[in-house]
Amino acid sequence: MLWLSLIVLLPLAAVLVRALDGGLAGLWDAVTAPSAVAALQFTIVASAIVTLANAVVGTLIAWVLVRDDFRGKGLVDAMIDLLLALPTIVASIVLLALYGPRSPIGIDLFATKPAVVLALLFVTLPFVVRSVQPVLMEADREAEEAAASLGAGNWTIFRRVVLPALVPTLLGGGGLAFARALGEYGSVVLIGGGIPRDTEVSSQYIAKQIETDQPTSAAAVSLTLLLVAFVVLFVLRVGAKRSMRHEVSA
Amino acid sequence: MTLGVRSRLALRAVALGYLLILLLVPLGMILFRTFEDGLVAFWESVTTPASISAIGMSLTIVAIVVPANVIFGIVTALALARGRFPGKGVVQAVVDLPFAVSPVIVGVSLVLLWGVNGWFGGLAEAGFQVIFSLPGMVLATIFVTLPFVVREVEPVLHEIGDEQEQAAATLGASRWQTFWRITLPAIRWGLAYGVVLTVARSLGEFGALTVVAGGVPGESQTLTLLVHARYIDDHNTFGAYSAATVLMGLALVTLLLMTVLNRKREAA
Repeated sequence: MLWLSLIVLLPLAAVLVRALDGGLAGLWDAVTAPSAVAALQFTIVASAIVTLANAVVGTLIAWVLVRDDFRGKGLVDAMIDLLLALPTIVASIVLLALYGPRSPIGIDLFATKPAVVLALLFVTLPFVVRSVQPVLMEADREAEEAAASLGAGNWTIFRRVVLPALVPTLLGGGGLAFARALGEYGSVVLIGGGIPRDTEVSSQYIAKQIETDQPTSAAAVSLTLLLVAFVVLFVLRVGAKRSMRHEVSA
Repeated sequence: MTLGVRSRLALRAVALGYLLILLLVPLGMILFRTFEDGLVAFWESVTTPASISAIGMSLTIVAIVVPANVIFGIVTALALARGRFPGKGVVQAVVDLPFAVSPVIVGVSLVLLWGVNGWFGGLAEAGFQVIFSLPGMVLATIFVTLPFVVREVEPVLHEIGDEQEQAAATLGASRWQTFWRITLPAIRWGLAYGVVLTVARSLGEFGALTVVAGGVPGESQTLTLLVHARYIDDHNTFGAYSAATVLMGLALVTLLLMTVLNRKREAA
């Protein structure tokens, strides 16, 4: 356990202590610096957009992968893993090749906010797909058939039977995607451009603070980002547990 | 819930179209750009001295990180699956912690701990430099890859139970013999899967390394840092594409290994 402390806990403790270097007032000042706030706001909003988009598209893709059948489905399944296996910097440059300054289709998103969202969509897609897939496989088809025989339309069945069963996993997978998006750096760094108060995300801001030798400010923003991630993960986990209990008692 | 042919096709089209726009077309584009000047240009671009030393650096990090994580991973997984000790829940949480921490924050935390003004800054002043050199890059990579082996081995240990191990012990086997003859063979596929994940992540790590590594070509530059440096600093787009293609090739190999190991694991 000494190893664990040395590798993981001690460095994080150093962040905590350094963030509180100038007392709580210093922490507050560092976090509320205009570009720090702008970066944090953009990061959270972009992560939230990406998480919601993933909840919809991810569920749709998982559905197609489980319930549909067509040639090459295995390949599509492997593509989801590829998204996970690709290094983040490769994700960035891959997107730039099509949506950057030399775009062959004339869409240049370089250094715009949509570009950041696009990069985050790229790296977070697998989380929801891979969480929802196994649940859909084990879903209770009889309940769906019963609902259908009672005259429920597809949309009603999805809303009343399928979706409730998916809620806990959606919250779990969504939480993973959100946490990932919040801290993402590699995929954003090339295509986002990192323009302060515009396309700069918090992780870029932190890296910049370290480069310009302002470790206290870097530590303060790091601490804030970690807290946001933990709070969101915690809330979603509680939500997932509650909806699971609801599911059992219903 | 049975969908009509029409809505099924529509859903399929949306799913495939999304993947096409997000992944396939950009991927094809970068491959086209990499190879449009022929294989020779690509080969020359990935065999420059800077590129070769970057590949060497990436492999060196992998060669140190994998054994470290295998040993730590097995010990921790055994402790979590077999042991009973106070604070087990805390250890479980700490093992997962690296998944929730941004790579950049990993880098920052290491700088604050090992950098010149950090807690262990004395080491740097004494001549043992951690930040901006290999030890720091290794520490950063170990941090981000820490959970993989533990999380792949622990469930296998739970599944196999400890009856065989107990039987071996009753028959007079030492703990070491039991481990080599009983436990290790049982966990081998899970372990291998964890190692593959570790290698993939080590090769691809970027965020933590940008903070911790100096990125000096030939000294502290990995493949991922090379992609970034070529694109941003050298405006060598083609070179960046070529290096990225090498990384993509490695990711593809990883993917194949994962598929094979998954089958073995499920068959076992």
